[in-house]
Amino acid sequence: MAALLQVDNLTIRFPRAEPVRNLSFEINQGETLAIVGESGSGKSLTALALMQLLPRAAQIPNGRIAFGEQDLTKLNARGMRQLRGRDIAMIFQEPMTSLNPVMTIGRQIAEVLKVHEKLSSKAARERAIELLKLVRIPAPEKRVDDYPHQLSGGMRQRVMIAIAVACKPKLLIADEPTTALDVTIQAQVLDLLDTLRRELQMAVVLITHDLGVVAQWADKVVVMYAGRKVEQALPDDLFNDPLHPYTRGLLAASPRLKHDFHYRDGALTEIPGSIVSAVGETGCPFRPRCNQARASCGHHVPQLIVPAADRLVACPFTTSSKAVPHAAALSH
Amino acid sequence: MSTTDIGNFNSLAAGRQAAAEHEVPAPSAATDGPAWSNMKAPDARSQQSAAVVITNGRRALKVFLSNPNALFGTAFLCFVIIVALIAPILYPDDPLSMVGRPFLWPGQNSAFPLGTDSLGRDVLAGILHGSRISLFVGLMATALGLTFGVLVGSTAGYFGGWIDDVLVRLIEIFQTLPSFVLLVVLVAIAQPSATTVTLAIAIISWPTVARLTRAEFRAIREKDYVVAARSLGYGHARIIFREILPNALPPIIVTSSVMVATAILMESALSFMGLGDPNVVSWGSMIGTGRELVRTAWYLTALPGLAIVFTVLALNLIGDGLNDALNPRFSQDR
Amino acid sequence: MPALLRIGRTLRRTLLQAIPTILGIVILNFFLLQLAPGDAADVMAGEAGSATAESMAALRSRFGLDNPVLVQLGHYLNNLAHFSLGFSPRYGMPVADLIAQRLPGTLTLMATALVIAILLGVVLGSLMATFAGRIPDRLLSIFSLLFYSIPSFWIGLMLIVFFSVKLGWLPSGGAGTIGSRLTGLPAILDKARYMVLPATSLALFYVAIYARLTRASMLEVKNQDFVRTAYAKGLTPFGVTARHILRNALIPITTMAGMHIGGMLGGAVVVETVYSWPGLGRLAFEAVMGRDFTVLLGILLLSSLLVIIANAAVDIIHAWLDPRIGAR
Repeated sequence: MAALLQVDNLTIRFPRAEPVRNLSFEINQGETLAIVGESGSGKSLTALALMQLLPRAAQIPNGRIAFGEQDLTKLNARGMRQLRGRDIAMIFQEPMTSLNPVMTIGRQIAEVLKVHEKLSSKAARERAIELLKLVRIPAPEKRVDDYPHQLSGGMRQRVMIAIAVACKPKLLIADEPTTALDVTIQAQVLDLLDTLRRELQMAVVLITHDLGVVAQWADKVVVMYAGRKVEQALPDDLFNDPLHPYTRGLLAASPRLKHDFHYRDGALTEIPGSIVSAVGETGCPFRPRCNQARASCGHHVPQLIVPAADRLVACPFTTSSKAVPHAAALSH
Repeated sequence: MSTTDIGNFNSLAAGRQAAAEHEVPAPSAATDGPAWSNMKAPDARSQQSAAVVITNGRRALKVFLSNPNALFGTAFLCFVIIVALIAPILYPDDPLSMVGRPFLWPGQNSAFPLGTDSLGRDVLAGILHGSRISLFVGLMATALGLTFGVLVGSTAGYFGGWIDDVLVRLIEIFQTLPSFVLLVVLVAIAQPSATTVTLAIAIISWPTVARLTRAEFRAIREKDYVVAARSLGYGHARIIFREILPNALPPIIVTSSVMVATAILMESALSFMGLGDPNVVSWGSMIGTGRELVRTAWYLTALPGLAIVFTVLALNLIGDGLNDALNPRFSQDR
Repeated sequence: MPALLRIGRTLRRTLLQAIPTILGIVILNFFLLQLAPGDAADVMAGEAGSATAESMAALRSRFGLDNPVLVQLGHYLNNLAHFSLGFSPRYGMPVADLIAQRLPGTLTLMATALVIAILLGVVLGSLMATFAGRIPDRLLSIFSLLFYSIPSFWIGLMLIVFFSVKLGWLPSGGAGTIGSRLTGLPAILDKARYMVLPATSLALFYVAIYARLTRASMLEVKNQDFVRTAYAKGLTPFGVTARHILRNALIPITTMAGMHIGGMLGGAVVVETVYSWPGLGRLAFEAVMGRDFTVLLGILLLSSLLVIIANAAVDIIHAWLDPRIGAR
């Protein structure tokens, strides 16, 4: 079966930097792909590239984003507009600012229906109420005339989701959809997304830095560091046996994944240094922060290798998955 | 949220982050309206939010000097200042005295390169001497208005409470009175002279500065270094002038260049209406006298007008340049 | 209707806030009148030709001019409460009537100029924002700064030289063809012909302001997250600008438009002088020339009220444009 979305060797270039380099991944219909990394890893730019909404200064000098038959990097503005909001939709990190403050939420939902399905104002409003119901907003008939400032952050993100799923897209890109929300609301919103994914048979690209989110909701995980994919795996494999030193560091820094973890049980480790150290690094971008770096790591960027089925890792020195059943990260 | 953070995840501005933390329906953003800090209209500066970054002076100078428009403005203003200084040397005679045949057009007689008016007065001498009153009134009125405005604004912003309420009312009253109408009334009552015109322009221009200064002071008052100074027991005067004022200066400096421009425009309009100092030649009064003859000898109105336009333009270019240099946010227009 | 509720609430707040301001302006006005050289007795004595010290004193006591200042202030306030602004000996009519006669002229001129300024300013500003940093933006920026630096009375005279003297297209002054018996549309067109130059002279300065404001405001809004959301919905760039950017950008523009009403009144004074336009400004000019301070201060008072009304109007538009206002 052909993948719904296939990204090949995607590079995003700004006049002074290349924040995403030779990134490849694919996602099938109805699947949730998580892209994990810290800020600066290029994950949000990747999301914008999928929507072709990169800042004007950015270019895509090489690479392909195949969506069905079409290569989105080659598609003209008009063709892309027809896809946006209808076949590919996106929800953003900041529900507080992502909605137009001077338009009722009903009209903001109706707008996308009018554009793509040429609905009348009245029909679009009816659909907007249905959609509000779908995203579990209480009293949708009343809420439809509310302005964004009258809603809480969690509610606004539900409205964003309603806008995104209004035309039953094939692909939904969620860029840190819960980062700005309270912890209690986060799970509700992600549950809603997952339910909608199943009901509408959407594929979801979930961009996050939160490994807890990945563990619970992803079918497949891509770990990015400094614009490159450093590891790809199924969630279980990733958590039980992280291969790349960066992934291990991430897991060691995440308390939530150990169910009975208490801060007195041991210190959370953090990865020393910052992603900025990757700038100008000719070899492995993670080398300056890596506790297993060797001299040869500075020579060239490591190639992705296939250590096991359904896995990719960009570190030649990683210990075999069989040798260490529980990775260093979890043994702290 | 910190539980799973790795390094610095918040690529967003701190302000937005703060906004995002309200989970309840929050009309907070609405109460003061959005901070339209990106305003570029010259007089919109009085509306700027107070969150101006204290910029490194040398960097600001570099930005200013790399701006061709601002450099042109500065050069032209210097030229006008030099002209004003040497005008009495170039034309020692009273520019209001008759020196030649009336109605000579520019270029007609090389002794009067810009021609003569209906009474045979030298237009060039008038324009050169006219720069003196324009600059004098512009600079003095701005200096006075600035001093008074900063005093009122800093008092209101620093002390707050009832002092603030009273002063804000006062500012409000002066901002409601149409400033040019008030100016006309003041000058008409006080009898026009260079001094009364200057004072009157200062009276109508201080509220803008006061408002701006007050906003700055209110914002800076809460900053750590001011709180620290207060806890060290420094006196009010010291905190106001040594701790807060220097940090409130950038927007005030920008405003002052626009104030000079506005004062020059006001003076010329007053003189045009016959409310200028009758004993001094001014660009506005030259236009006023040339006005009756605009059908035939239009150069009599055109030339002094151009002098006004270029001088004011130079000041506005400087204002723009200062604005870009002193507030880095403004230069990021994409 | 939440919008109406919002607007009503805003209006009430604005008016309540205006009361102390109006009171302050009235008192200031009274003291300015006291400062003005000569009082009503002087004026009447001057009109009568001759006056002795005794008859002057009699006049003063008859008009209450020898009362303590506070009593006089009470009289003044009482008169104002009855809509009386005093009497102009020069025109031989009450100041209030005189102003009422001239007010429509000024209002039409200002309204026309405001409409021109906002329309042109918003269009130019949108263009500048669209091409920000590129050639059209730079050219228009310089032009707007130039307009911002031109005195309105001078551009008025230059327009007269060009359009009425050289080309003969438009009249150079007045408010309508004298003695014409036009009615209906031709009458309006005739009036419009006389309006073009004064309104343009007055508007240019504000075109510059609104263009720069619109540019800044649109650039600000353009970078906000909800604009990206709008693009993500598949809207065209025009749709995004018209439906999402412009309305948000208009909010600060209305505020500034309100702040400029006072300035525009001042500009009207000068422009009306240039074009002999029969409005308040022309009246103010005549009052200055005749040292008729009762009229002058009446105009100051009334134009302040006009500013307050305009501010209230702006607050209402504001509340209508921005649902967040008056929400608390």
